[in-house]
Amino acid sequence: MSRILAVLYKEFLQMKRDKLTIGLIFMLPLVQLLLFGYAIQTEVKHIPTVVFDQSLSPESREITRAFTASGYFDVVAATGNYQQVTQLIDRGTVKVGIIFPPDYAKQVRSGDTAAIQVLVDATDSMVSNSAIATANSIGLLKSQQVLAEKVGQFKAPYDIRVRPWYNPDGITAYYMVPAILGIIVTMTMVMMTSMGIVRERERGTLEQLMVTPIKSYELMIGKIIPYIALGYLQITVALLVGAIVFDVPIRGSLLELYLLTLFFITASLGIGVLISNIAKNQMQAMQMSFFILLPSILLSGFMFPREAMPVFIKALSNIIPLTFYLTIIRGIVLKGIGFAYLVPQVTALLVFTVILMGISIMRFKKKIA
Amino acid sequence: MEYVVTTRELTRRFGNFTAVDRLNLSIAPGEIYGFLGPNGSGKSTTIRMLCGILEPSAGSGQVLGYDLASEAEKIKPHIGYMSQKFSLYDDLTVYENLDFYAGVYSIPYRERRHRIGEMIELASLSGREKDLVAHLSVGWKQRLALGCSIVAKPSILFLDEPTSGISPTSRKMFFTIIQRLANEGTTVMVTTHFMDEAERCSNIAFISEGRLIANDTPDQLRNQVLSGVLVEVEVAEPMQWLAKLENLPYVKECSLHGSLLHVLLEHENKMADLRVYTNSEVNPITPSLEDVFITLAKRDRG
Ligand SMILES: Nc1ncnc2c1ncn2[C@@H]1O[C@H](COP(=O)(O)OP(=O)(O)OP(=O)(O)O)[C@@H](O)[C@H]1O
Ligand SMILES: [Mg+2]
Repeated sequence: MSRILAVLYKEFLQMKRDKLTIGLIFMLPLVQLLLFGYAIQTEVKHIPTVVFDQSLSPESREITRAFTASGYFDVVAATGNYQQVTQLIDRGTVKVGIIFPPDYAKQVRSGDTAAIQVLVDATDSMVSNSAIATANSIGLLKSQQVLAEKVGQFKAPYDIRVRPWYNPDGITAYYMVPAILGIIVTMTMVMMTSMGIVRERERGTLEQLMVTPIKSYELMIGKIIPYIALGYLQITVALLVGAIVFDVPIRGSLLELYLLTLFFITASLGIGVLISNIAKNQMQAMQMSFFILLPSILLSGFMFPREAMPVFIKALSNIIPLTFYLTIIRGIVLKGIGFAYLVPQVTALLVFTVILMGISIMRFKKKIA
Repeated sequence: MEYVVTTRELTRRFGNFTAVDRLNLSIAPGEIYGFLGPNGSGKSTTIRMLCGILEPSAGSGQVLGYDLASEAEKIKPHIGYMSQKFSLYDDLTVYENLDFYAGVYSIPYRERRHRIGEMIELASLSGREKDLVAHLSVGWKQRLALGCSIVAKPSILFLDEPTSGISPTSRKMFFTIIQRLANEGTTVMVTTHFMDEAERCSNIAFISEGRLIANDTPDQLRNQVLSGVLVEVEVAEPMQWLAKLENLPYVKECSLHGSLLHVLLEHENKMADLRVYTNSEVNPITPSLEDVFITLAKRDRG
């Protein structure tokens, strides 16, 4: 026990002094999430918009509010004539113009179909898609609401978070953030453990340790526990970034997410330890880590849905811990499901951990050469 | 006498290459056992086998009565080892390194502070406890490595070239510590390339190409290995003279020592001949250990 504690404390001191580790733990999730998240975030928000309101009525103001409240439109100008609307769009100052006809309020009140004209600068298809889709949805929602009021029913619950429908794969930041989190954690865990242990071998400090009474498993446990802590720290950072920057809600239990993540961390550490067993130097450890990482990214369902994979490839994806973790984390974060639905995945990760760690501890002899 | 280290035909091969060749050693308790030999002669390999971190290919050995191959883990709590390459943590402080090894050797918490204090005093490390090891000079690093290796008060200490690359003052300091440990009862096996250090050992084993070729006290080695008389010759161009003298019938051996030649003659009465032949000063000298090892290594190769 005293020996495990000694290794633990030593690792802690070394990590504390290693700026790179700290950078990896905090900066990696931040940078990766922002890069990936924004790159794949195909929804466009905060489109500069001009309003030409000829109606100047409470009804027209309410629609304008609905547009801004959706988050997709920022009203940056109001104008009194049609010409200026087109001018602003031509100059690129705004991308969208919303025009209310003079008799808009009258039409709404009389129950006629009230037409709002929405001009969209279609040069940027991303922006125009987003704008059109959102405008349509708002129109739809609003009319439902007005209709509902007319028939005398309760006020329709009115959801301003409008999801554009042009993303048929459903790949959104919501869907990606948890997956990226999984990738970051494997990457850090595999790389840091393998390099950390190989570094000790390269520097000769491992040889010195072999001459002491420390047991292989004590050394392993002492080295691994700090990495588990780092894994949790990193996940926390990633979840916070996801929540703050991308508004990813955690629908399931956070506690359950943390508990089940343990198995993924240990499985990843198992890979790292096994690599450290085989690699002769840090360079090799690094290469092997990438060798493991690439299939994780390609086959786990991070990039391509597993349902669409050929049978053989799909079978192959079953020997990748990330595959199972993606189901766990997406399940808990997005669908709000719990452990009861995730037993097979958790079991798989547990099996990985036991096998990988077992092989590593058996292979690790207190011998050189 | 009961030996603390014994080996029988201890052998280690790397592929086809035999690094240690049927070595028979015995080390008595409390002695400073000098382990000498040219570069690549198998010193480090032998020490690693004795420490239980390298499997012998053949032969056997015992340390403190435990078998090297089958009971290596039982040996480890009782030995200290300093590898040839510095192997402490550069990113920890002096104190943290000592504390780490104290933990690894399971020294009880209440004794730790006291024990580390002892080590700092013994290895003359005081004043720099809070310095990162990376900032220490080689001499300090080696003393710290020694401190870490004896933190559990081992009964046998294996030191692999502990004084290479450090200043003469540091070397002297280091050997004084070794002597103090030996006086307190620790057995020390030490490899070195320095003759002044070899002189301070109680026993010297000399190996060449993995084989033991001499094993005795420094005095015995000096007096018995060289038969004949050793003289010193001062000539203008020693390199050229070296070849000439080696071919003389009454010269057994000839070697270069700085600007001087050391010549081993068959008999005292050949001194006059040599004086005439070289037309320079020829003075008899007491052979140093270096002379002895040069002769031994040559004999072994020849
Ligand atoms: N792991 C290894 N694999 C292959 N060859 C090795 C290995 N370790 C040592 N050797 C070889 O065995 C021989 C003896 O090496 P060793 O390090 O024991 O010599 P040494 O006497 O300690 O030399 P030095 O004075 O240079 O430290 C050398 O030729 C070395 O190249
Ligand atoms: Mg050596």
